[in-house]
Amino acid sequence: MDMYLVEAIVNGVLLGGVLALLALGLNLIFGVIDVVWIAYADIVMCGMYLVYWLYVGLGWPLPLACVCAIVGLAAFGMLVHLFIIEPILGSAPINQLLATGGLLFFLQSFATLLFGTDFRNIGVRLPVIELGDIYISYARLLAFAMALIGAVALYFFLKRTFIGTAIRAIAQDRDIIGLMGADQRRIYLITSMIGGALAGLAACLLALQYDVHPFIGNTFGPLIFMICVLGGLGDMIGGFIAAFVIAQIISIGGYYANTELSYVLAFTFFIVLMFVRPRGILSR
Amino acid sequence: MTARQALLAGGLGIVMVLTFFAPPYFMHLVIQILLWGFVYTAWSMMGRFGFVSLGHGAFMGVGAYVPALLWNYYGLTPWLGIPLGVALAVLLAVVIGYPCFRLKVIGHYFALVTLALSQVVLLSITAARDITGGSLGLTPKAAGFSWYALQFPDKRYFYVIALMLWLGGLAIWRSIDRGIGRQVLDAISEDEEAAAAVGIDVMREKLRVTVISAALTALGGAIFGQYLMYLNPETVSGIAVSLQIVFAAIVGGMYAMLGPTVGALLTISLNESLRIAFGTNFIGAANTIYGILLILCIIFMPRGIVGVLERIGVRRVRSEAVAAE
Repeated sequence: MDMYLVEAIVNGVLLGGVLALLALGLNLIFGVIDVVWIAYADIVMCGMYLVYWLYVGLGWPLPLACVCAIVGLAAFGMLVHLFIIEPILGSAPINQLLATGGLLFFLQSFATLLFGTDFRNIGVRLPVIELGDIYISYARLLAFAMALIGAVALYFFLKRTFIGTAIRAIAQDRDIIGLMGADQRRIYLITSMIGGALAGLAACLLALQYDVHPFIGNTFGPLIFMICVLGGLGDMIGGFIAAFVIAQIISIGGYYANTELSYVLAFTFFIVLMFVRPRGILSR
Repeated sequence: MTARQALLAGGLGIVMVLTFFAPPYFMHLVIQILLWGFVYTAWSMMGRFGFVSLGHGAFMGVGAYVPALLWNYYGLTPWLGIPLGVALAVLLAVVIGYPCFRLKVIGHYFALVTLALSQVVLLSITAARDITGGSLGLTPKAAGFSWYALQFPDKRYFYVIALMLWLGGLAIWRSIDRGIGRQVLDAISEDEEAAAAVGIDVMREKLRVTVISAALTALGGAIFGQYLMYLNPETVSGIAVSLQIVFAAIVGGMYAMLGPTVGALLTISLNESLRIAFGTNFIGAANTIYGILLILCIIFMPRGIVGVLERIGVRRVRSEAVAAE
């Protein structure tokens, strides 16, 4: 079998891990609050700049910078919910999507104001693992592992804790939850906080393998929305599978044609599947 | 009320005639405002009924690229190329719209499907870089002053074209408003099931307004390409353009006929004045302000600037009526 094809498939799996991790937080917010944070990838971008600034600019140790980015974005997630989503929670969902679109403009241009349009790199080069003739990026492997750990942790949090159960309940029926003795407002805030923290985690891992620039969100943003919708609203397992399917299309498509065409293929696949299975790939 | 409208129309007419003799830079701004105003108006024809499309960048890109490519490679006049581009955009709108409306893909799902469409067109143009020049952009072959090539070095020609296009867009908006279509579409945007129950062909009505909107957007893109004589996938297609269209229309007010134009006026003059004030030192300044404005707008005045003005106008008329009694 063609060695390059194998490498493409392996890299596809690893890219799937990165995408799954990125989609995790968005999917949670999407599923629970029924809001699309269209600026989600740009919030991740902010996290990457935070890591860059703390590590390169202030010379903090990398793990500390990462922890700060996660905590910082968790707080930011709460602020987004408090100031942007909550005031218009009652209006049509599309308005909330558009309001976070304003946030997207703001974050991208604010990052441009602060850092300029240069590509920044934190300068940490993790080794590349050689397996026979296949090269695997260690940073991607790390992201893949973290995505798995993150997903499992989130799964147990949602299944085993009271607040997790409340979050799942609210996703099923948002009108009745008040009668069950759970505070809807608090649950939304916590969900947004977790979503922000997951964006922070993704930012740390992306900062290890990509250069930061103000428009990096445009690269991942559209992909992770597709993944969330493909997986089915708030369906974590479906989202995981969708991430790997999309990543394989991009990776193998890139091997046979070129990168742009593989993305075209991925988006077309999304549009077609939306019509075949509007409720997600795992729906019956 | 009619006297006031006549006064407004008369004032606007005088401004338009005066612009004809304005310096080129000023005229360039006015042409941009009119063309973008036209595209924003086209988007709002769907948007105001709750069909929020993030795919209009795709229609604009197709409309701009098809005539330019046909001209460059086959020497086909834009007089034929533009209708072909518009037809292709309409086909795209039907291919996406039909299954979406059939399967009741609405709200933010519709937004995300059309968003994917924007990306498909953007990336296809970029991928076909041997033909389209990719992200380096495409320049239609210059023909000097030519009616055949629809190229006029003199901005005044494009001013008149843009003005006519814009007025045409408003006329179409008016005709949708006047006909029974308006009530039908309002009913659909309130409740699709109920609209279908009273005998409205929901599919056909939604598709009709989508096709009109896509065709006008493609036309706007085509004229934009002819005017600027330079196309870049990032500036005429893709998510960035789609979002730009949506947001300017919302800020201006997508429910009123002149709202989208006010949006174009506001965003373009904001951009220009910030560019003049700060130069290129603060590249992001305009969009930073714009982003905040947008969030505030959606939260506090979802009907946009014109919507707020209209409400104030209505209140004043009412208080005048009370005073008269």
